[in-house]
Amino acid sequence: MSLDNEHLEYPKKRYGMDHDRYEWSILQERPSITWPSHKKLAIWINVCLEFFPLNQSGTPFPPPGGMTMPYPDLRHFSLRDYGNRVGIYRILKALDAVNAKATFSINGQLTERAPYLMDILKERGDEIIAYGWNMDSIHHSGMSLDEEKALIERTIDKLSKYSNKKILGWLSPSRNESKYTPELLASAGLSYFCDWVNDDMPYLFHTDNGELWAMPLSNELDDAFIMMNNLHSEQSYLDQICDAADFLLNEAQTEGGRILALNIHPWMSGQPHRINKLEAVLHYIKTLPDVMFANGTDIVNIVSN
Amino acid sequence: MLEDLELYDYWPYHHRPKITWPNNARLAFWVAPNIEFYELDPPLNPSRKAWPQPYPATQGYSIRDYGNRVGHVRQMRILDKYGVRGSISLSTALCEHHPEIIQMCLEREWEFFSHGIYNTRYTYGMSETQEREMIDDAVNTIEKYTGRKPSGYLAPALSHSELTMDLFAEAGGIYTCDLFHDDQPTPVKVRSGKQFISIPYSLEMNDTIAYVVNKIEPRRYGQIIKENFDRLYQEGADSGTVMCIPTHNYQVSCPHRLKAFEEALDYITGHSDVWVTTGREIAEYFIDNYYEISADDINSKQGTL
Repeated sequence: MSLDNEHLEYPKKRYGMDHDRYEWSILQERPSITWPSHKKLAIWINVCLEFFPLNQSGTPFPPPGGMTMPYPDLRHFSLRDYGNRVGIYRILKALDAVNAKATFSINGQLTERAPYLMDILKERGDEIIAYGWNMDSIHHSGMSLDEEKALIERTIDKLSKYSNKKILGWLSPSRNESKYTPELLASAGLSYFCDWVNDDMPYLFHTDNGELWAMPLSNELDDAFIMMNNLHSEQSYLDQICDAADFLLNEAQTEGGRILALNIHPWMSGQPHRINKLEAVLHYIKTLPDVMFANGTDIVNIVSN
Repeated sequence: MLEDLELYDYWPYHHRPKITWPNNARLAFWVAPNIEFYELDPPLNPSRKAWPQPYPATQGYSIRDYGNRVGHVRQMRILDKYGVRGSISLSTALCEHHPEIIQMCLEREWEFFSHGIYNTRYTYGMSETQEREMIDDAVNTIEKYTGRKPSGYLAPALSHSELTMDLFAEAGGIYTCDLFHDDQPTPVKVRSGKQFISIPYSLEMNDTIAYVVNKIEPRRYGQIIKENFDRLYQEGADSGTVMCIPTHNYQVSCPHRLKAFEEALDYITGHSDVWVTTGREIAEYFIDNYYEISADDINSKQGTL
């Protein structure tokens, strides 16, 4: 019994990373970031608007939150649809109650399925970023380059037409990428993407077609990760976000600006028994000293200057 | 495959020879930060895949990188505050990838023990020669970068062979963290007949097991640590016990989790009869003072009462 020689060879063992996507650097050793008006903590809320098709292909894996039962899995289909019909309106109210600015990551196909909601968001003027075509269109290396390019272009095209704005940000469905996704996002004219979870501050990500900003959209603080994946209570969600806000605000006193990034799903936090905890989160962070709400583009504009 | 590797004999947890730690302490407390490097594209081991998703596994890879970029300094500051020197379970390739982290730990006189070369290279399928080569490579790397060979071993990603303990003992090691059969150090049988022991490392207190496998809420994790301590501290009055908190900077150092961890450390180090120490110091003290008497006691308890 033995393994092939390659198992004892380490061709990427070198200073820095084992790939060329970004530079190795320790957060605490970087120049500090100063937010406008000497604010310490930027609150970046990203609301995910998602469409889970009933005829899910599950390629290369079933999307978390997607269909799990034999076709037609109406329970998951309709419960996710609830977010776009009901939950989102509760969340908009909650955001407005504290004058919170937010980013909305939207599956391109929702422009066809929920044009009324798209109009509402357009009227509000919030930032919209592209979130793939739908939750079952997962970007992966088994996809052809042309197929992936078409998906990205179609999504950006629909969303920019609908919002009448240039789309600058991207989030991949299930945060999954092919080996070419960053190249395709850069050549589509995007300035940032939110898939990688290796930092608490933005950093530059190299692609063959130019640089992207990798934005730190925490998965650990995502409402569905905490309450659906980890099965934590609504109260614990509130506790965890408040503890994170306190910690980051404290760190920012000596280390420069920090970001509290909250990724929110209307089908999760927009439920009647959960919305009060989201409201409590928003109220808590709003009343902290030296915080500001910012969307993704605001943050990129500040750090790139 | 064997029914039991027979690494240790049955040893009832009562009427054992009394252990007293230095300065009459009743509990030896150590923290073992795992400082790991996971490869983005490792060779595929026939027994275990490194990543559930096809290449590139953006999510799994990037959250682990978060531990090195963001989390390490955070945990180190808290350990500094409570006078804890970490005993590092080290992916030794990190000496080349991230020498800045090694330097910070050297300055603090932390202990370095071997956790293999990469946490994406598994022992499964290796011949004896290959496993020895991997172990020697890791041991020599630690000696080269820190000036001292490691005394302890935690197999990479807890992947073992039937010979792991034998080979590490032959490479000069004196303790293993791979066995979870006891709350006190115990002799481990190796083919060379060397004095080799197991030091309690605790899967139950391990943050990754708590957070990822058992999906424990952060504040409850803090509470569990305190309760684990309370009982071991109480029992330590009869015979000295060992408590370990194994950590990972991509889990415990997230902003929503550090408060609970810090409170637990504050609680533990606030007790008078605690020996705040390292894995190596516990192992050396046990071998020097209690190995023989323990081995005799174990021998006397084989067979019937």
